[in-house]
Amino acid sequence: MKRINNIADLESIRDAILQQRDAFTNNIRICNTGCRARKSLKVSAALSQEIKSQGLTDTVAIKETGCHGFCELGPILVIEPENIFYCRVKEEDIPEIISETILNGHVIDRLLWQDPQSGAITCEKDLPFYREQQKHVSGNCGKIDPTDIEDYIANNGYTALCKVLTSMSSTKVVDTVIASGLRGRGGGGFPAGIKWRLCASAPGDAKYIIANGDEGDPGAFMDRSLMEGDPHSIIEGMIIGAFAIGASQGYLYVREEYPIAIEHLALAIKQAEEYGLLGDNILGTDFRLSLKINKGAGAFVCGEETALMVSIEGKSGTPRSRPPYPAFEGLWGKPSVLNNVESLANITQIFRNGATWYGDIGTQGSKGTKIFSLVGKVKNTGMVEVEMGTTLRKIIFDIGGGIRNGRNFKAVQTGGPSGGCIPISKIDMPVDYDSLREAGAIMGSGGMIVMDETSCMVDVARYFLNFLLFESCGKCVPCREGLQQMHAIMTNICEGRGEEEDMELLSELAGFMTTASLCALGGTAGNPVLSTIRYFRNEYEAHIVDKKCAAGVCKNLFAYEIDENVCSGCTLCAVKCPEGAVSGEKKKPHTIDVETCVKCGICFSLCKLDAIRVV
Amino acid sequence: MNFEQIDQVLQKYNYRHSNIISIMQDVQGLENYIPEEAIRYISEKMELNLARIYDIATFYKTFSLIPRGRHTIKVCCGTACHLGGSDRNLDQIKRSLQIEEGETTADRQFSLETVNCLGTCALAPVVMVEEDYYDEVKPGRIEKILINYHSDEEG
Repeated sequence: MKRINNIADLESIRDAILQQRDAFTNNIRICNTGCRARKSLKVSAALSQEIKSQGLTDTVAIKETGCHGFCELGPILVIEPENIFYCRVKEEDIPEIISETILNGHVIDRLLWQDPQSGAITCEKDLPFYREQQKHVSGNCGKIDPTDIEDYIANNGYTALCKVLTSMSSTKVVDTVIASGLRGRGGGGFPAGIKWRLCASAPGDAKYIIANGDEGDPGAFMDRSLMEGDPHSIIEGMIIGAFAIGASQGYLYVREEYPIAIEHLALAIKQAEEYGLLGDNILGTDFRLSLKINKGAGAFVCGEETALMVSIEGKSGTPRSRPPYPAFEGLWGKPSVLNNVESLANITQIFRNGATWYGDIGTQGSKGTKIFSLVGKVKNTGMVEVEMGTTLRKIIFDIGGGIRNGRNFKAVQTGGPSGGCIPISKIDMPVDYDSLREAGAIMGSGGMIVMDETSCMVDVARYFLNFLLFESCGKCVPCREGLQQMHAIMTNICEGRGEEEDMELLSELAGFMTTASLCALGGTAGNPVLSTIRYFRNEYEAHIVDKKCAAGVCKNLFAYEIDENVCSGCTLCAVKCPEGAVSGEKKKPHTIDVETCVKCGICFSLCKLDAIRVV
Repeated sequence: MNFEQIDQVLQKYNYRHSNIISIMQDVQGLENYIPEEAIRYISEKMELNLARIYDIATFYKTFSLIPRGRHTIKVCCGTACHLGGSDRNLDQIKRSLQIEEGETTADRQFSLETVNCLGTCALAPVVMVEEDYYDEVKPGRIEKILINYHSDEEG
């Protein structure tokens, strides 16, 4: 009954949904994915209770959406048609929102976002955070209900698939992707269309399409937001991909740490099956595809394509050497294509709006938009989507609002453990695959972590090595042993045992690992070290020669001291110190006993006068 | 160990060897860890080499072969959390509960784990206790957070 067999069916379903919606005067969109960490479920429950008790169920609709992007302000609630943007909404704010804004049309100032320059801003689109973005791939996130396929259809969902299945040959589809210039969004940036062409041309009947949702880079959550907020756009891209390469079985490999993403994708698959968009005779054609979700089990290396495929086969996920490439011998030894979930959502955009439209966005070598998770010491943190080629300055200072607490920008880290740190001198650099690589970083999956002077660059490099040391699968010697040695040297530096020749030794080891490691995990492991040595050599020297960590991060290389000219003797630090290291009389400057202090940082974070200094 | 529940899991996945990771995830869901007897039972019922199951159980970080406490504390150590001071939070929890990472308190109330990234980077640093997220955590807040779960036990 619901089954869609052609474009006419899809259009009539869409018209019916839109007509139904005309009955509502207001639509309230509330994030119920990312904002759950800020108790948005309670806000949402209170909202639906209040609407019911005020008898507004026929005129006010609630839509529980995915991520709005501006996560720092969560829970976020947007009231249509005016798109009034309320942030940090609590349960107790709900009655007022209904009585004041919905019933009386008054905007509640206290719930608006306050621009440091211009004051309160009412509409979502006027926020600087959104104004400078180009939301295409993540355009539905925060707009539609990801658990309802009809909402996706109402927003032109599955029109791309209709176009492909009813009017294009598989060769034409592959050619279109090649023409679009789409490069893989998972990290490497390999042209997606070429991968498809290789797999399509590979001999064999059984082929597989796989979506990589094993977002492992620490500090990155774009894929999570996309899977949670718009699962159908990924599935639509996957079906198009399966058609292009000739696959009838597909897998989505998703991190276990993302339960909402798994839930929403599973629901989306079920609904797509009901509507005849998955299964046999898709859209009334002979084409068939079934999809299955595999939950990752907490192994970073499984984001690597060969390791991921081995994991789907039910083994411990270790990579293997290539060639043969997965396009010829992949999952179960059959030709397979693995695309990142963001790449697949891009595919949907390309076929919905055309390859020419897509080609006009971005730079010569990097087409389209890219989603980043903008986090760290920046004021406005969240998920942002910008045109390729946008400068770092625009992303960090215009969209991100600059650095928190009046501090200064020191570096931005992109590309996770395979990437690097970019200093202030490169702040006007365009963000695209090639520029980032030239600067010693990589695009990676899209983590963008901003650092200020309280971040120690030596510690950041050690952090990534430590991360990889635990995540290395141990199969190849260069990675397993190289990481051990590099980590040992970095730990020595951070703990005050560094020696002058260490930097040279680190560079040599990193170069060796790049040449000899089996997969990209080891092959790129040196990048965070190399890029920090390149741009922040002075910090390494301070750690090695002066035995000082000016950022106050490496515990052996600094001490806390109370500035007696600033301390008011409020006793807060003395009361809260778990080690009893702070002493002093009330209303008189206090002192810290260096021997007893464990540098837990409690006093430093509590002092309201900033009287505690790093020396 | 309730072997009937394991049987149900095995049936759900048709005893297929390629589903072993999913099977073990579901079995772990029963008691929040995988007891040795469960591994032996799965091996026998699926006719799957014991070594392969042990390999998987020790390769993937999600699996625990030792019992966990009533409340699992997850300290997120993603990059944004690290910059925000997650190490200090972790140290404070260790000092407070007198356990190391991967250990469980003697009264079996708390287990302490670290995770690579919870994907809530905009709220860093994040500590999760069971299903509850705590955002922008500072070491001074640790005691207050843990008390919620101590009183829970009395009530």
